[in-house]
Amino acid sequence: MAFVTASWNPLGEAFYRKLELYEMSWSIRDGLRDSLVAAAPYGGPIALLREPLRHSPSSRPQLEIYSASGIAITSFPWKSGPVVHLGWSVSDELLCVQEDGSVLIYDLFGSFKRHFSMGQEVVQSQVLEAKVFHSPYGTGIAIVTGSSRFTLATNIEDLKLRRLPEVPGLQGKPASWVVLTQDRQTKVLLSIGPELYILDNTSCTAVCPPGLSPHAGSIVHMSVSFSYKYLSLFTDSGHLWAGLSNLQEKLIEFDTKKTDRPKQMLWCRRPKSQQPSVVLMWERLLLVVGECNDTIQFPVVDVSFLVGELDGVRIINSTNQELLQEVPLVCQDIFKIASMAPGALLLEAHREYEKSSQKADEYLREIKEQNVLEKAVQQCVEAAAHEYDPATQKSLMRAASFGKCFLTDFCSDHFVSTCRELRVLNAVRESSVGMPLTHTQFKQMTLQVLIDRLLFRQFYPLAIEICRYLKIPDYQGVNRVLKHWASCKVQQKELSDDAIARAVCVKVGESPGVSYSHIAAKAYECGRTELAIKLLDFEPRSGEQVPLLLKMKRSHLALNKAVESGDTDLVYMVVTHLKNEMNRGDFFMTLRNQPVALSLYRQFCKLQEQETLKDLYNQDDNHQELANYYVTVSYREKRLESRLSQLQNAVDEYNKAKNDFAAKATEEEMRLLRFQRKLDDEKGAGLLGLSLQVTMETLLSLGLHKQAEQLYRDFKVPDKRYWWLKLKSLAEKEEWEELEKFSKSKKSPIGYLAFVETCIKYNNRYEAKKYISKVTPEQKVKAHLAVG
Amino acid sequence: MAAHLSYGKVNLNILREAARKDLREFLDKCAGSKAIVWDEYLTGPFGLIAQYSLLKEHEVEKMFTLKSGRLPSADVKNIIFFVRPRLELMDIIAENVQSEDKLHSSRDFHILFVPRRSMLCEQRLKDQGVLGSFINMDEYILDLIPYDGDLLSMEYESAFRECYLENDQTSLYHTAKGLMTLQALYGTIPQIYGKGDCARHVANMMLRMKREFAGIQNQILPVFDTLLLLDRNVDLLTPLATQLTYEGLIDEIYGINNGYVKLPPEKFAQKKQGEASKDLPTEPKKLQLNSAEELYAEIRDKNFNAVGAALSKKAKIISAAFEERHNAKTVGEIKQFVSQLPHMQAARSSLANHTSIAELVKDITTSEAFFDSLTVEQEFMTGVDTDKVNTYIEDCIAQKDPLIKILRLVCMQSVCNNGLKQKVLDYYKREILQTYGYEHLLTLHNLEKAGLLKPQTSSRNNYPTIRKTLKLWMEDANEQNPNDISYVYSGYAPLSIRLTQVLARPGWRSIEEVLKMLPGPHFEERQQLPSGLHKKRQQGENRTTLVFFLGGVTYAEIAALRFLSQMEDSGMEYIIATTKLINGTTWIKTLMDRPESHAA
Repeated sequence: MAFVTASWNPLGEAFYRKLELYEMSWSIRDGLRDSLVAAAPYGGPIALLREPLRHSPSSRPQLEIYSASGIAITSFPWKSGPVVHLGWSVSDELLCVQEDGSVLIYDLFGSFKRHFSMGQEVVQSQVLEAKVFHSPYGTGIAIVTGSSRFTLATNIEDLKLRRLPEVPGLQGKPASWVVLTQDRQTKVLLSIGPELYILDNTSCTAVCPPGLSPHAGSIVHMSVSFSYKYLSLFTDSGHLWAGLSNLQEKLIEFDTKKTDRPKQMLWCRRPKSQQPSVVLMWERLLLVVGECNDTIQFPVVDVSFLVGELDGVRIINSTNQELLQEVPLVCQDIFKIASMAPGALLLEAHREYEKSSQKADEYLREIKEQNVLEKAVQQCVEAAAHEYDPATQKSLMRAASFGKCFLTDFCSDHFVSTCRELRVLNAVRESSVGMPLTHTQFKQMTLQVLIDRLLFRQFYPLAIEICRYLKIPDYQGVNRVLKHWASCKVQQKELSDDAIARAVCVKVGESPGVSYSHIAAKAYECGRTELAIKLLDFEPRSGEQVPLLLKMKRSHLALNKAVESGDTDLVYMVVTHLKNEMNRGDFFMTLRNQPVALSLYRQFCKLQEQETLKDLYNQDDNHQELANYYVTVSYREKRLESRLSQLQNAVDEYNKAKNDFAAKATEEEMRLLRFQRKLDDEKGAGLLGLSLQVTMETLLSLGLHKQAEQLYRDFKVPDKRYWWLKLKSLAEKEEWEELEKFSKSKKSPIGYLAFVETCIKYNNRYEAKKYISKVTPEQKVKAHLAVG
Repeated sequence: MAAHLSYGKVNLNILREAARKDLREFLDKCAGSKAIVWDEYLTGPFGLIAQYSLLKEHEVEKMFTLKSGRLPSADVKNIIFFVRPRLELMDIIAENVQSEDKLHSSRDFHILFVPRRSMLCEQRLKDQGVLGSFINMDEYILDLIPYDGDLLSMEYESAFRECYLENDQTSLYHTAKGLMTLQALYGTIPQIYGKGDCARHVANMMLRMKREFAGIQNQILPVFDTLLLLDRNVDLLTPLATQLTYEGLIDEIYGINNGYVKLPPEKFAQKKQGEASKDLPTEPKKLQLNSAEELYAEIRDKNFNAVGAALSKKAKIISAAFEERHNAKTVGEIKQFVSQLPHMQAARSSLANHTSIAELVKDITTSEAFFDSLTVEQEFMTGVDTDKVNTYIEDCIAQKDPLIKILRLVCMQSVCNNGLKQKVLDYYKREILQTYGYEHLLTLHNLEKAGLLKPQTSSRNNYPTIRKTLKLWMEDANEQNPNDISYVYSGYAPLSIRLTQVLARPGWRSIEEVLKMLPGPHFEERQQLPSGLHKKRQQGENRTTLVFFLGGVTYAEIAALRFLSQMEDSGMEYIIATTKLINGTTWIKTLMDRPESHAA
């Protein structure tokens, strides 16, 4: 604590500090000498390629990938062509640019993912230099070839190569060049001798940095800041020029008095920087040049490599790693010697309080008198976020917490979120994880990206812990982790299908939002169809299962799943698919095992393919439905003979179905049809197709009593119904005598009130009265009332 | 316009507005003037969502009915087909489009599938070679349509037939989807109860779909406490009985379609002085019936025998209100009176309409035929002579009364006797075939398949046990001031509603035995709510149950549920949902099969 300021160096009004991030876990024999190094920003992984230009096949160069803390992730001998440049993409993939212009992409674990070429012409002319850059469009690559031409690709995910125009007068590669992203355009800035050129899609324009002395000499090094807003140039006379990258303003001009070209030159800024600087590194010296032209010098003892960050510069060598940054203003306020800033007083107050000293009260009073307690708390919280050492963080947070107690209506959201974020940051900074993120970087890259990066590194448990700890909704947090984990799991070749499926199921369980079909598709891509099927079993959305199953030619399973879903359209889709794929016999057999699908297909056939319907019933020995089918068909026949033969089919099937009633009814219908046809032929009665009752009715109205009588007997018509029929028919035709005779033929099964009422209905009171005497006593009143 | 939807405990207007929004969005996708070609079946249900004015606002200039051949000419930029996803309709559309192309080439075609698009249909359009002609192909998810303040219907007429005759559960899939939509708008329903195979199937699909959507947790405070899913085949009896509530009778006699009824015009003739009576209107009078009409809301659920009294009471109130004008002395009083006039006049015309309707209904209910038929129904329901051939039915067949009437009665007898003796059944069937024609063999087969008609298999008739346990018959039903749901059928308490009532109190455990006698499983499921969404119930606050009738519900059943909601000590409010509003006649009709005759 007391030594917070020990590592501070003044630069102008501000201070710079060098924080030790890690003692590197790696042990590299020759240090970083003779190696191609690529370290991703935001504390990303480091790739090393030893002796990249060694061509002898007997001893191939070794490609090694480490975490930022130097833990080996993978290493393998480089078997492809000579590599010119290494770089990292935004999604932690390693890009290896070869001499012949091909770019090989590996994941963090060294497995080859894909490759592409920077153009055919490059194979001949060869890549002289390449740069990987990041812009809002993603990860880009720029190369300059032996024929002095530049080629750009702004996004490797959506590869579009752009060959930039020729640069007049350029031989080989320029002395120095950078890629600039300005106004949504990607350009190259390059130097030839003392001249500076901007090369864009259409032209190459000479430009002049304002205030650069014409005698400064040739520009031999240049660099742009993290945000592409600032540019620095170094000339062979030792002049440093720094300013806005749009070349509108000069910020620094400084004579380093060193004529050899620095190995690396980087901007060191931070958001709301008070004193931005340019960091230059030579073999033995690290020089920080501020805007105020003040400098700090650090000796370099070991071969080092600089990584530009949003808020500083990381310095990596074979034994350790440091972060060089401007001390944030709020930290300066608190820790500066003799600072009277509210935060500093609060920290002091708390320190005294812990010692149980009454001085605590004095400090607190002072703060309260100035009415700045809230500010003090905020300062402590903010400073804690910027401190790397957990002990310092703690003392600041405790001070803030202490100060909070004396405030009413203090909104502690910021306090709480900072606490949480610091815990997360401390966890990922652990050497075993190795992501030395500052709070500023973390805020810039967002939690989502941090989790993504943990996933790329396969730190699944940690990622889940973080998601749970920060209470991220499951579908954005834990489930995303699980999905990634499972997709990775299914690619583990050494495990059996069962083991993987079980493992996935145990972990993923029914976590909502984890798509099993996505995982299964991954497994299928890796050629593990059986595993894919096992996994699909867990997928709740059948809509997702079915297409993949069909693709994998598991039609039966697809059908089962479609049926399970209840989505009939999905079932229809599979059925149609099966119908086209299988022969008819197999198709029917398949349907037979799936009653739901079979019923749906029947529905379809009823509307579309009547013939198929018959085959289906036939196959199932469904005699009842088959008979019904024949009945339906019989009505469509125009000729009586065909109609009868269809009905005969129906009779046969009804018999097979042991439906005696229907068989008999159908036989009777056939008999009736024949009878009707006969009478139609003989008398033109127009009976065909009428019901038995209507037939008798018609016969009676035509006066064909004998024939009606015959039907009545043949078809065993109940007496009651026949009597009603005859009564009504005779009354309607006003054959009263005939009616009377009929009434006396035997005892009426329908009683005699019916006779009275029917006569009245046809307005014959006289006839009606004849029957009153025969009406039963209970109905007599009703009969008399009817007659009136 | 749809204010009556928001009066209830659950604001169903939210659902209607959501549906309207989707419709507008689709219409706006097809820029420029439009003509809609309607699948005729859809016009009714759509009327409940959007009137023509809404369509007009979105440049719909013409409307046609979908039929084969050439489309009528219309000077519009877009032709939009609103159709159900059915293959036969696709063929018509294909024909329309093919004959169209040669005439105009500048018209854009679109299809809106209701309620869901279908790969099968799209494939058919592709096979017909017209798929490419459509600029937009979309689905309009219209599963549950708000019908009234407490009533949702899918207006899916064939649901019962499809489920029980054809083993086609498409309607259940739509039901489950509809319930998911409902839950998205009104919160997850924590408790699900159900009885019947279809209910089980729907609940399974819902739980499954919930897993599919999971992750996107529903953060809406649940409006419904309970969902009760009931299969129509658990209670086949109720729809067969003649409904005796006012609304039920209107539906039985004239049929209510999508909330509208068509009535014989004579009684509604406006008799103005000096006008000859020869100008009697010949067009049927079309009236919309819903709770937006105050008087109708008041009387529709009453037993018809209590409607007369209610109407005359209302008449007195209205004329008293008009008399008020004599008391209005000051300018202020007159002004106030005048301001109430429109409301009073509306009330008066509403009263006039319902008096006319009541007269029409009364003509029927006082007829001897109605009385006789009702007597037989009540005998069956009380278990009198259900095991032998009924003379009244025999006579009706002999008189060739409408077949559906016969079928309703025979089915009722069968249901009340847990099946008929083979001899009795065959006798009825033979009578029907001989009288109405052999072609009805298929219909009879369907009724048997649906369980409405069946031979007695088990030795015991369990209907009396069910009737007694659930108190399905109440001797002294009070029609004027009811104290039990049995008033809706003047004595018979609908089984389905008794199940609902018992579920609320004391719970189904008390009737395990009876539940086992009824077809299909009964079950209970719970849906986990995110913490923080558990309702903190106020003292005396009612619980809300959504009762979903799979396969249809009658107006009398709805009336019974409304009665339960209004009972002071029930502590339960019911919202009703169904696949379709039915009565015995419309229901049996969907189960009939008529082979098309091509014979000369």
